[in-house]
Amino acid sequence: MNPHQGAIMDPLTPYRDPGLSARLAARIRAASRRKIRLMEVCGTHTVSIFRSGIRSLLPETVSLISGPGCPVCVTDQRDIDAFVALSGVEDVIIATFGDLMRVPGSRSSLLRERAAGRDIRVVYSPLDALALARETPSRRVVFLGVGFETTAPAIAAAISLARTEGIGNFLVYSAHKCVPPALCALMELPEMALDGFLLPGHVSVIIGAGAYRAFVDRYRIPAVIAGFEPADILQAIHLLVTQIESGRAALENAYPRVVSETGNPKALRLLAEVFKPVDVPWRGLGILPASGLKLRDAYEAWDAEKAFDIDFQETPAPSGCACGDILTGRRLPPACPRFGRGCTPEHPVGPCMVSTEGTCAAYYRYGR
Amino acid sequence: MKPDKILLDHGSGGLMSHRLVTETLLPAFDNPLLAPLHDGAVLDLGQGRVAFSTDSFVVDPIFFPGGSIGDLAVNGTVNDLAMCGAEPRFLSMGLILEEGLPFSDLERILADMKSAAGAAGVFIVTGDTKVVPRGAADKVFINTTGIGLVPAGIQVAPNRVRPGDRILLSGTLADHGMTILSQREGLGFGGPVQSDTAPLNHLVKKMLAACPDIHLLRDPTRGGLGTSLNEVACSAGVGILMEEDRIPVRGPVAGLCELLGIDPLYVANEGKLLAFVPPEAEAPLMAVMQSDPLGRDAVVIGEVLADHPGRVEMKTRIGGRRIVRMLTGEQLPRIC
Repeated sequence: MNPHQGAIMDPLTPYRDPGLSARLAARIRAASRRKIRLMEVCGTHTVSIFRSGIRSLLPETVSLISGPGCPVCVTDQRDIDAFVALSGVEDVIIATFGDLMRVPGSRSSLLRERAAGRDIRVVYSPLDALALARETPSRRVVFLGVGFETTAPAIAAAISLARTEGIGNFLVYSAHKCVPPALCALMELPEMALDGFLLPGHVSVIIGAGAYRAFVDRYRIPAVIAGFEPADILQAIHLLVTQIESGRAALENAYPRVVSETGNPKALRLLAEVFKPVDVPWRGLGILPASGLKLRDAYEAWDAEKAFDIDFQETPAPSGCACGDILTGRRLPPACPRFGRGCTPEHPVGPCMVSTEGTCAAYYRYGR
Repeated sequence: MKPDKILLDHGSGGLMSHRLVTETLLPAFDNPLLAPLHDGAVLDLGQGRVAFSTDSFVVDPIFFPGGSIGDLAVNGTVNDLAMCGAEPRFLSMGLILEEGLPFSDLERILADMKSAAGAAGVFIVTGDTKVVPRGAADKVFINTTGIGLVPAGIQVAPNRVRPGDRILLSGTLADHGMTILSQREGLGFGGPVQSDTAPLNHLVKKMLAACPDIHLLRDPTRGGLGTSLNEVACSAGVGILMEEDRIPVRGPVAGLCELLGIDPLYVANEGKLLAFVPPEAEAPLMAVMQSDPLGRDAVVIGEVLADHPGRVEMKTRIGGRRIVRMLTGEQLPRIC
């Protein structure tokens, strides 16, 4: 073991133990008979699977399919275009997480707009964006809220704080999305033929294992909540294989060191206080009922979508881009005609190639 | 009275320029070749092959834990020469200053350049200074160009890399890049993370003395280890296999990378080298490297293969295998 690795990550060291991973992989190989397709819903899982080379340890019977778990990738083209449009408003400073910078809208990206002189800042926390608003009272700071239930509570907290402190020049464009409605939508798609789900660990910390019970009961599909270390993922795959081989379909929590049945009550309270569920479009999945989080009326003064009259134009998806099929696992990235030919992380055509967590980017970086 | 900021007049070529050169720049680097303030330095290089390299430095922030743009400007060019197997001797220095730069900042940078040049054993023998209006440059840009002598018998070049060569890395990865990123973004990780900027020429000299047959040297700066290895695999037409478990990353740096979703394989280093060496040279070179402060954490990270030419593969910590590609675009911190 490398003496420099993990000095401040000690609690994780056991889950990085090569011996443990090798034993789990051997158990999967011993247990697996049927040919199965498992979907990892979370982009962080996709990257961890690639970076640790998990696929090379699995038997041929087990295929891992990447799902719609990269928040940047499922953000609708209209929202991306709105971000670009907002960056052009005279007194606006755009505050955004780094992932969004390179995502191509219909006509431009934030990276290109910044090069053209727009004031676009990369922040690491919505509280940084709030601080920016506090420091620049003459400008309006628009924070681009993109993410799942993991990211949304911190943004709800920033909005709540803005109200408490009476900061009026802090606005949020909320394009947040919820994972459980997307799982249901995936099951409703024809020709999916999925045998099980690796459920996202970080999201589950917030919403709790219980949030998936209705989904698992309704579709009778094996589902296991997984952490992000190689051993976490291998253990979850082993549980899925065991369920499938024995004909069971249950929800199991393989990440109990941080995921509880009921989730994080404080975060859930904040989410419910600031946001309301609404029907929103997902790239590749269409409009899903109650799958998005928009600001409640009591917070509309901080809602960027209400504060600006954003000029939306019809925006056709880039031709030949298969992001929709890739996000739903119906096609693998190399099957997209654009993959590696005109669509690369440097010049992405679709969002799956942009984010570090995007399926195409992961395949491009680690896979081929 | 000396102004406390750089003014456009300092670049006028007149009296103010003269004072800047004679009162601030010359004293910082005083040496017999620079002192005449002639239009150029006349050097006696003797016989042999000359290595020649140039690099420009535009880092923001200009001061950071572990060093400054001044250290980088000297060490960067010194290291480029050392990677040619050369002993660096003379540097030029081109300064582009933004109007309004505090004089104290300039003096601090020059002091860093002086001590870095001293540590590397090189002389700054000619230079130029320009001042541009506020906004036309970011505080200070520095170009250094250097020349060094390649000792007889030394042939360090990509076409000498052979299947079977061992790949040695002189120490921990990603210290410089993560320091700059954490400073630039105001992440407040100051303490435990600092740049590794350092001159590698003395280490290289010892290594070449122990093994004159070193096939290739590289410093994995921008683009990091992953990019450097891919460049070698492509230009030498060989495959490379490395082992993740051997790659040293300091704990705080690993933590910061993890937090931001950044792969340390693609982060810049400023005081590390890669050596491609024949298998029999592995043990003596490791001994030499590990006895030098700049190579204390040296490791053998992998080897050169005849298989999969042009491709770098990595055996992962859990025993899997994956491809390591060249970095594409700047790494952007992720959302979740």
